[in-house]
Amino acid sequence: MTLKTLILTTSLVAAPVALLAGQNPSAPAPAQPTAAAALPPGNQGGLNPADIYKPLADEWPTYSGDYTGRRYSLLTQVDRESVKHLSLAWVGSITAGQPAAGGFGRGGGGGAPTIVGGEGTGEFGNGSAANIKGAVLQVGGVLYISAPDNVWALDAHDGHELWHYFWKTKGGTHIGSRGMGMWHNYLFVETPDDYLVSLDARTGEERWHVVISDFDQQYFSTMAPVVVDNHVLVGTGNDLDSPGFLQSFDPETGKLQWKFYTVPMNQGDPGLDTWPNLDAARHGGGQVWIPGSFDPETRLYIFGTGNPTPGYTGVGRKGDNLFTCTLMAVHVDTGKMAWYFQTSAHDTHDWDSAQTPILIDAVVDGKPRKLVSTAARNGYFFTVDRVTGEHVVTTRYGSTTNWGKGLRPNGVVEPDAGKEATIPGSLVSPVEGGVTNWPPPAYSPDTGLFYIQEHNGFNIVYLTDPDPRGSMGLGGKSVFNLGSLGDYLTAINPTTGAIAWRHKFEGGGGGGLLTTAGKLVFSGDGSGNFVAFDATNGTPIWHARIGNISNAPETYMLDGRQYVLAAVGDTLYAFVMN
Amino acid sequence: MRFKIGLAVAGTFLAASIAVRLGAQAPPAPPATPAAAAGQGAGRGGRGRGGPATFPAQQRAAADPAIVARGKGIYEINCRACHGPDLRGGDQGGPNLLRSQVVLGDQDGELIAPIVHGARADKGMPAFTLSDDDVKAVATYIHDVLRSARGQGAPPPGPPVVLNIVVGNAQAGQAYFQSKCSACHSATGDLAGLASRIPDPVDLQNTWVAGGQGGRGRGRGAGAGAETPVTATVTLPSGQTVEGRLVRIDDFIVTIDPPNGLERTFERHGDLPKVEVHDPRAPHRDLLPTYTDKDIHDVTAYLVTLK
Repeated sequence: MTLKTLILTTSLVAAPVALLAGQNPSAPAPAQPTAAAALPPGNQGGLNPADIYKPLADEWPTYSGDYTGRRYSLLTQVDRESVKHLSLAWVGSITAGQPAAGGFGRGGGGGAPTIVGGEGTGEFGNGSAANIKGAVLQVGGVLYISAPDNVWALDAHDGHELWHYFWKTKGGTHIGSRGMGMWHNYLFVETPDDYLVSLDARTGEERWHVVISDFDQQYFSTMAPVVVDNHVLVGTGNDLDSPGFLQSFDPETGKLQWKFYTVPMNQGDPGLDTWPNLDAARHGGGQVWIPGSFDPETRLYIFGTGNPTPGYTGVGRKGDNLFTCTLMAVHVDTGKMAWYFQTSAHDTHDWDSAQTPILIDAVVDGKPRKLVSTAARNGYFFTVDRVTGEHVVTTRYGSTTNWGKGLRPNGVVEPDAGKEATIPGSLVSPVEGGVTNWPPPAYSPDTGLFYIQEHNGFNIVYLTDPDPRGSMGLGGKSVFNLGSLGDYLTAINPTTGAIAWRHKFEGGGGGGLLTTAGKLVFSGDGSGNFVAFDATNGTPIWHARIGNISNAPETYMLDGRQYVLAAVGDTLYAFVMN
Repeated sequence: MRFKIGLAVAGTFLAASIAVRLGAQAPPAPPATPAAAAGQGAGRGGRGRGGPATFPAQQRAAADPAIVARGKGIYEINCRACHGPDLRGGDQGGPNLLRSQVVLGDQDGELIAPIVHGARADKGMPAFTLSDDDVKAVATYIHDVLRSARGQGAPPPGPPVVLNIVVGNAQAGQAYFQSKCSACHSATGDLAGLASRIPDPVDLQNTWVAGGQGGRGRGRGAGAGAETPVTATVTLPSGQTVEGRLVRIDDFIVTIDPPNGLERTFERHGDLPKVEVHDPRAPHRDLLPTYTDKDIHDVTAYLVTLK
């Protein structure tokens, strides 16, 4: 209806960032830094966990930059006028693998140490090119980067390598590392073979590693751990019909604090009535593989869960399959669920709803509301009350999305059973990858708009395993991709679900987003351009053709200059104003 | 949990410039054809790195075939009735062994043996009087089946299943064709003998719905003749036009490959210069949102008659 979300005023944006903590009405107030006060002296320094509560500005201390998931930076040196002067500061390449395979970085590091750890032989995962497909942390002028089995520290001034850590893996699905978490001088990274590894950020030396999921059960781990005070929140992944869960570990010791399953594991567990039996639920998936957001006021960690399994053959798991494809809130200190809202009931298309949700403060029907919004892989956009989980908005943002047949009274989309895989073929939009995927969206309190890369397309989905027991994992189907029906940078009003504008990508769309108080949105397009768009209307203002961006762009301030950072595979490009 | 590119068919003409769409949570299956591979874009990754199937169940060394055979025999007699001929569970309620936590955690029968010997009798699994050696042989057989499991949790390949996708009403399909397709196509003209050129109904259906061959198939070539490329016409401020295969277009650049001569690239500034893209598949793509599945199946049932 109306755009009532301009809560963060221009004057506030222009104020010094330090003054903003606790004043920005659209940002959560910082909590008491109790964890820091209790630390032994040797652990002081690095990143104070209380700093992550501050609105995103000079550093990039957690996956989304801050806890809101907005990827909205207060930095304004680069704005719609000045962005035309944005030019290359440095290029830094990283090299994965053991030192013998060339571990001494090509980024000018010459002689930076490589520390080797791991429980495997290193036979797998060695000698492959690094691919940066997650967040880069920037703390104290140092960039911390991860790829499967590898971590690097680079100087944020010029990209030269400070150290490199290589993990000798036992194997597993090496598909990506979404980044790291940090607590004082400690880094936390997940490995494909299911360890949480803690490194000393100053040296790259390993502190400890602990098992986070069972490699024998074919879990593989990619999520960026999220640090909240003295909790390291850790998810994992699995394609073989295993239960999903979120865990919290002690950052000092690596000791498990709590474990929260996303599917019913025992008789009497909530949601069990949405499965035919306990065995189906315990094999039901719902993996937690993308970081969520955190609301300091309620101390709720809000995240999305993955698809139910078997993915494409739902015959053996009739029902809504809670809490798969669900936006969930758990208390960060206890791991107890506060509320949930299912964004795909009984998914049969492998469309995870794990996408990072965004905390938004806005006025709805004349009342200020504390909201959380998510654009799901299935092509629907949702806004709910982030304190209670009460439904506010459901809208279809995927232009060609065709699997739903209306809304239930509670705002959940009713799936069209006719769009499941069938023997003669079912015409389905979006394609398996979804309208969006892990690359994160962004939200600007200045424009009141939620930004997302929208990918439209159709598949014919054939059922190839009509076994009445259902198939396993992601098996049992064959798909034929009919091509793109248009890719867009799309801006959504989160209080109404209305599309404010779409910018079409002629050559295909890109991935993750960054927005800034300079009223810009940064993203890649599908044609190898790194682009700055006007956040108010989607007009491209600046670009550089550096190759397809493989992560989401980030920004930080160093020595009075605003850097804009993007990764293309194994190479980081840092831009500044000249 | 995977992220696959959505550009396979339309993207083929832009294969050089559309390289990566971001990442994936799980590796995509290998593309069927080189053309499809190009459309899928580079950098999508194979099935993990350092070789296929790198979970412990697939990393096992091959077992002695004699023990596998003996284990299979014991399984058939004692286990098959409940756990199924393919180990994926049976009518009598035995669970799927190929996704069983016990089986996946077992090394050499040590976790399986207690259950065979009655540890879960209270849950309906009766005790069997099999020797430790026999249980080990059964475990060896089960692990051997798991070794061949495909990626992303899919079950091991079983015997080929022939599925008939031609379930539509050919008469209704012919009527639909006359009404919606006959302005551009003719059963006795361009589509004469279509079902002989594309004998596999799945390929035929994929081809006609896509509006031509290409894209991501099921590993069988479509064989419907050469693909017509996407072309574009650029009209310069002088009025001069440049026409040819469209190599690349984005917000900033358009590159044309004229029939005779070098590729030419023009900067784009909003609507200038004027660029007209001619995508022979676009009319078919625009129809996609209008089809019902019944329309598709009916038309396929009609087209398979065009021998």
